[in-house]
Amino acid sequence: MATKNEVKDKTYYEHIIDQGYSRRDFMKFVTYITAYMGLETSMLGQVAKALETTTRVPVIWEHFQECTCCSESFIRSDHPIVADIILDKISLDYTLTLMAASGHQAEAAKKATMEKYNGEYILCVEGSVPLGDDGNYCCIAGRSAKDVLEESAAGAKAIIAWGSCASNGCVQAAYPNPTDATPIHKIIKNKPIIRVPGCPPIGEVMAGVILHIITFGKFPELDGLGRPKAFYSKRVHDTCYRRPYYDAGLFVESFDDENAKKGYCLYKVGCKGPMTYNACGTIKWNNGISYPIQSGHGCFGCSEENFWDNGPIYERMTGLHGFGIESSADTIGKVAAGVLAGAIGVHAVSAAITKRKEVSDHIARGKKNEQTLDS
Amino acid sequence: MKTRNYKRVYVWELPVRIFHWINVLAVTVLAVTGLIISDPPAILLNMDASESYWFGTVRFIHFTAAYIFFFNMILRIYWSFVGNKYASWRAFWPFTKKMWQNFLHVIKVDVFLQKEEKPDIKDESIGHNSVAAISYIALFVISLVQVFTGFALYADMSNWWLPQLFTWVVPLLGGDFIVRTIHHFSTWIFILFVLIHVYLVFYHDWLEGKGEVSSMFGGYKFVDKDRLKDKTKESVSENLPKTTEQES
Ligand code: HEM
Ligand code: SF4
Repeated sequence: MATKNEVKDKTYYEHIIDQGYSRRDFMKFVTYITAYMGLETSMLGQVAKALETTTRVPVIWEHFQECTCCSESFIRSDHPIVADIILDKISLDYTLTLMAASGHQAEAAKKATMEKYNGEYILCVEGSVPLGDDGNYCCIAGRSAKDVLEESAAGAKAIIAWGSCASNGCVQAAYPNPTDATPIHKIIKNKPIIRVPGCPPIGEVMAGVILHIITFGKFPELDGLGRPKAFYSKRVHDTCYRRPYYDAGLFVESFDDENAKKGYCLYKVGCKGPMTYNACGTIKWNNGISYPIQSGHGCFGCSEENFWDNGPIYERMTGLHGFGIESSADTIGKVAAGVLAGAIGVHAVSAAITKRKEVSDHIARGKKNEQTLDS
Repeated sequence: MKTRNYKRVYVWELPVRIFHWINVLAVTVLAVTGLIISDPPAILLNMDASESYWFGTVRFIHFTAAYIFFFNMILRIYWSFVGNKYASWRAFWPFTKKMWQNFLHVIKVDVFLQKEEKPDIKDESIGHNSVAAISYIALFVISLVQVFTGFALYADMSNWWLPQLFTWVVPLLGGDFIVRTIHHFSTWIFILFVLIHVYLVFYHDWLEGKGEVSSMFGGYKFVDKDRLKDKTKESVSENLPKTTEQES
């Protein structure tokens, strides 16, 4: 992905060395990030080579309807080279939250990058875009988020949708979605988009994804929903260390019971691990210290579409909208079965009344036949 | 009183009956294990996780029954092309005039229990009636929903190519949450279907006395002799066992 315009641009490797890291630090970083990209150890050489030969890829990072937890998560990914060097000092040309410049200066920097690297920069989007009320719910520098997004997407080589907001709409898109918050892929149709859902996504996953793109110049392998397979091909449930308790049918019944103390499976107190695709069970959070389930709280499926509208967090039930608060499939089913049973009863009784002539005829004939039996 | 003569007609062929009972068994097992999966009872075993596997077993039974349910369904679809006219897909085809006439008749007489002015034996169904046919179409659709959502959820636990054929369902619907919700909801449709179905089978048997219930065991139903093409020719009755049932 070398940029023609910048023949003399330094490579990533040169930048890293310039920042005072040793070759040894660099190789350690390569080993680390190769693992996080979900690549095999045999790929180490290729990753190192790519970083040694690739010149910097500019990154524009837009913030729309979001809480900045994605950025927060990202800058906490546990290797300093990732956040500090690769993005902050080298590649990140525009991000409202982290850049030193502000106001017109910041916008000018973005404009410059968009012009100079037209068709080459990577656009990262954090947050959803409100389409309601002409997009007035989220404006930056006097322009609507939709406007800004369309402009910066036009010259982008590829787009990364960070977090559940940009990927799925997240909580601001929750029913009834007052601002008509919309995920990126529903607005931009003509660019490759990678979705990295989660509220927020795991910092190391974000690092792995962006490094894959800047080192190899292409997306990692994606699943049917456009998520990187390396991190989203397994359910939290499939890598959960409490899984043996699930299979054994040993469940926490309430958060203060004996079973909770023993660390049993959290399925019945609402764990959404069985429906949630993410790498929390393996990569974990805060430098691998823990993750929700390890801390005794069920997964609530933050990286899944509509997770806030899928029933209560602390119950394992199948919720539905439009049937009243807290109504589950089972309540509706039971009521329907009850009504039906009643209807059947009414039908049976009315049938016995209205068809009584027919039935008594049958009985009379049958009796007569019985009496005329020969033997 | 008008005399009615009944002939025994072979309606449900053996493969249809086998399908029916395997389906009953599979659906029952699937619904029961499925509802256990969705809300496992608090069985307080004084055992370590390493010694117990009951929930895993329940899921195993669900998945095994799911395969049986699925293959059974495939065989039934095959039989709808080679079986007799009561098994044929044509018997379910809802776009004929005859079908809708019969539909209205059944709704009037059997659902709203109205009197018929001029009873016509042509209105009496030999295979399933049109309302039943529609309900089986609905059941078929909901079975497909169950197969598609079920195998989509299952695909990630399996390496076999067959479940993998259904992986596209999850991205189409948006995620496992909604897939599972639909799967759970459809279970209730099966339960409601069974309630109606079993009741109506008993109702018809009670009202008409033509072997509605036993037909799914032996395959025979009793049909008014007047409906057979040629009442005098022996060939017709010779093909059938010589057990013409009579009522005075
Ligand atoms: C008559 C047909 C079926 C019925 C009534 C049925 C019922 C259910 C129910 C009620 C659940 C629990 C859903 C929840 O957690 O809320 C379930 C789960 C499930 N069913 Fe079915 N099911 C049927 C067919 C199938 C088929 C054909 C498959 C295909 C493999 C299948 C695979 C699954 C899977 C994978 C789960 C999730 C289990 C887990 O994650 O532990 N089901 N089913
Ligand atoms: S705690 Fe959650 S993710 Fe872990 S085994 Fe139980 S249900 Fe699955």
